[in-house]
Amino acid sequence: MSGRTGPRGQLLAWALLLALGWLVVYPLGLVLLEAVHSDGGWTTAYVRQFMRRPNEWQALWGSLWISLASVGLAGLVGIPLAVLVTRYDFPGRRLLAAVIALPAVLPPLVGVIAFLFLYGESGFIARAVQALFRLDEAPWRLEGAGAILLVHAYSMYVYFYLFTRAALLSLDGSMLEAAASLGAGRWRTIRRVVFPALRPALAGGALLTFMTALASFSAPYVFGGGFRVMTTQIVSTRLNGETALAMVETVSLAVLALMALVLFRGAERDLGGSKGTPPAPTRLAQSWLRRGVTFLSWGLGVVLLLPHLTLLIVSFVPVGTWTTEAVPPAWTFGNYATLVRDPVRFRPLLNSLWLATAATVAAVAISLLAGALVVRRRVKGRGLLEGLLALPWAVPGTVFAIALATAFSVHAPWTGRIILIGTVWILPLAYLVRNLPLTSRATLAGFRALDPSLDEAAASLGAGRWRALWAVSVPLLRPSLVAGATLAFVTALGDFVTSIVLYTYDTRPISLEILGSLRQADVGVAAAYGVVLMAVSALVFALGADRGGSSVG
Amino acid sequence: MAFLRVEGLARRFGATAAVDGVSLDIARGEVLALLGPSGSGKTTTLRLLAGFETPDAGRVIVDGLDVTRAPPVTRRFGMVFQHYALFPHLDVRGNVGFGLESLGVTGAELERRVAAALELVDLGGFERRRIAQLSGGQQQRVALARALAPEPRVLLLDEPLSNLDPALRERTRRELHDLIRRIGITTVLVTHEQEEAFDLGDRVAVLRAGRLEQVGTPDELYGAPANPFVAAFVGRASTIEGVVVGVMDGGTRVRVEGVEWGVPSDAGVQRGLTVGQRLRVLLRPEAVWMARPEPGTLAAVVEARRFAGATSLFVVRTDRGATLEVSGPSRQIAVGERVGLVPSRRAGGGIHLFPAEA
Repeated sequence: MSGRTGPRGQLLAWALLLALGWLVVYPLGLVLLEAVHSDGGWTTAYVRQFMRRPNEWQALWGSLWISLASVGLAGLVGIPLAVLVTRYDFPGRRLLAAVIALPAVLPPLVGVIAFLFLYGESGFIARAVQALFRLDEAPWRLEGAGAILLVHAYSMYVYFYLFTRAALLSLDGSMLEAAASLGAGRWRTIRRVVFPALRPALAGGALLTFMTALASFSAPYVFGGGFRVMTTQIVSTRLNGETALAMVETVSLAVLALMALVLFRGAERDLGGSKGTPPAPTRLAQSWLRRGVTFLSWGLGVVLLLPHLTLLIVSFVPVGTWTTEAVPPAWTFGNYATLVRDPVRFRPLLNSLWLATAATVAAVAISLLAGALVVRRRVKGRGLLEGLLALPWAVPGTVFAIALATAFSVHAPWTGRIILIGTVWILPLAYLVRNLPLTSRATLAGFRALDPSLDEAAASLGAGRWRALWAVSVPLLRPSLVAGATLAFVTALGDFVTSIVLYTYDTRPISLEILGSLRQADVGVAAAYGVVLMAVSALVFALGADRGGSSVG
Repeated sequence: MAFLRVEGLARRFGATAAVDGVSLDIARGEVLALLGPSGSGKTTTLRLLAGFETPDAGRVIVDGLDVTRAPPVTRRFGMVFQHYALFPHLDVRGNVGFGLESLGVTGAELERRVAAALELVDLGGFERRRIAQLSGGQQQRVALARALAPEPRVLLLDEPLSNLDPALRERTRRELHDLIRRIGITTVLVTHEQEEAFDLGDRVAVLRAGRLEQVGTPDELYGAPANPFVAAFVGRASTIEGVVVGVMDGGTRVRVEGVEWGVPSDAGVQRGLTVGQRLRVLLRPEAVWMARPEPGTLAAVVEARRFAGATSLFVVRTDRGATLEVSGPSRQIAVGERVGLVPSRRAGGGIHLFPAEA
């Protein structure tokens, strides 16, 4: 049954390719075009303008080195943590393993404001240090490259942690024994056997961190100060009205991202090899070592939880009452009451929820269809289809937002361009496109892991293709679908990067309202929004892990 | 003088004793097969020898030196793992040379010894192949070459043939048999297949629930099993109840379902059987013949036949309901026929007497 497809399936595939081409490739093409084309025809004026300005080079260089440094720092934190939790046994190991993944429930902007409240110049820590040493002013300012890197290290070590942990858990224990029986000592085994086995995972973590750091917008936007990176530069250039220059900047950032993708890809290749049981964690023998590691791990756990706690505390403090005291003098539910009672404040909550839901449902549906066409029906053009689904991942969010804003700000239906900017539709469309790589990657992997003979069995029992898909494949794919949907929903819910470029007043999401509250010094309300986002994200992750985990026996 | 000596080895995992007081003496160049059902502790015993597990009690002595606490790195025991555990990121040369590099062998000498090890397993010229490009049989041979290249003192094989398909298994077993004897390396191998153990091992150690049941040559195990477990586990055997009616030097007289058989061996004397004692009589398929159902024979009905060429295995049921497996000529006996069972004339073979359990 698999291996051939009827004309209807192929037709569907062409239609899907066309739609994705229109939504994904066409807008990016237009950006490229507008960078080298003006009303008067082809021009290199904007490119030359870009080349001449030192600011542009600074921003590009800033983006590059911040991203590389983020990879280094995140690896430095994430890899040892994964090794600690996977290879060694100490009290509370499982709980710590769960706490370590918690930064994942903080959407980028929420993480940034939590850091502001915690480590900012009027944050808890700074205030505590100031009080402790009786300083006249704040001991530091949370600004510039250092601040950005701090936030990045905190929010991105999770990638390294999760990748390394998964790889360590799938390591074949008998390979380590084989090395030992061949006379290899501890370091030689690590260097020659363990490291090569982890390499694909490390490359995967590095790539994900690099791309995320390169696309990072919230941290540089809030903490950047005079420090330039390309994402924020693009938005400010566009605000200044230099649209064509913004296009050149956008192209330069996209090129940087693609170059990184090509460079990392080679190292990410999995070697396969023997599957066995992972080595059991070593129980730390000496009691002082055991106590030391336990103590340090728990200290670390608290540090990792501080941003979440800070957000929670600030959300319960009435505006303006808490200035210099160690603990808040007054507590209130007022901030939350404001969110619910004030229709203007309540709207963003509803907006984010429906936008994220609509975008996620659509992305899952498209991924499911694409999975059936690419993996099962093996339609013509399946490689291209898969590429188009993955492409938005390789392109920083700012780039995509600019591309969509460019493509859909002109009314020219015969060239495939209609005005969507300023309408309700642009934001869910943008979320959808950004969600596609997340949902399709999970769904396609799920389809590939599914035994095709199950489909064939359904067919031999008289089920048509769509019934086989619906009654057999979908229930079995549920873990993959839920995993992809969870990630997509949480990403869309907390989105800031694309929203700041594309939102309208009627569709303003939570992230923009947080920024607005912060600007009006409405700190408590901003924190309350942050807590709501954090709680919903955590809830969705928990539900996803629960529902997706065990689908069938 | 034993080259590899195991004394009272024991290892517990929680409440279960995986290995419970195993002692073995293995001579230089001898091949010992550890045979047992799954969960009998044979793999744990092998891992204790390799040093991947530390025993709770007992000692491992190689060439007069106690290595019980020595880490695997220093033991110089070569091991072939059940799933081979080849390093997927290294090519064949990298895998086979790995142990040599540990010994500090480099350059031309390394290349020469890698080539020699590959030559041993008939994979000359495979140095540059990637592991993923090899067939299952080739991977098995690379794993063997990798274990042999550093010239270990003892070779340990964990179910070396279990990952091969049946057709290949037979041939590989022959090659493995010839190879380890040509090199003359002291070898301990683990298997749950009796045929494999008998073919490869000079001696076979039968394990059950962590305890050693019997060690001996295949002939000894088959011809003189120490207990009903070994008798049933090694080769085919059926059980029928009996009573001792006479014990003498040349053999034992046994009554089975009202019929008296003489069992021509001194097993009865050795086991201290006495007249009137209740027995479990274990019968090999070739131990009894099917004759005409005359008085003095054990009456039975043929229930099924498993065809196996000139001789077949027949399942017969005695009048008192015992089910026995008996081999006989395929052509002459039909299912449903009544037969009379008599001991075959081959002296001593195939009837084993054990005291009935209380």
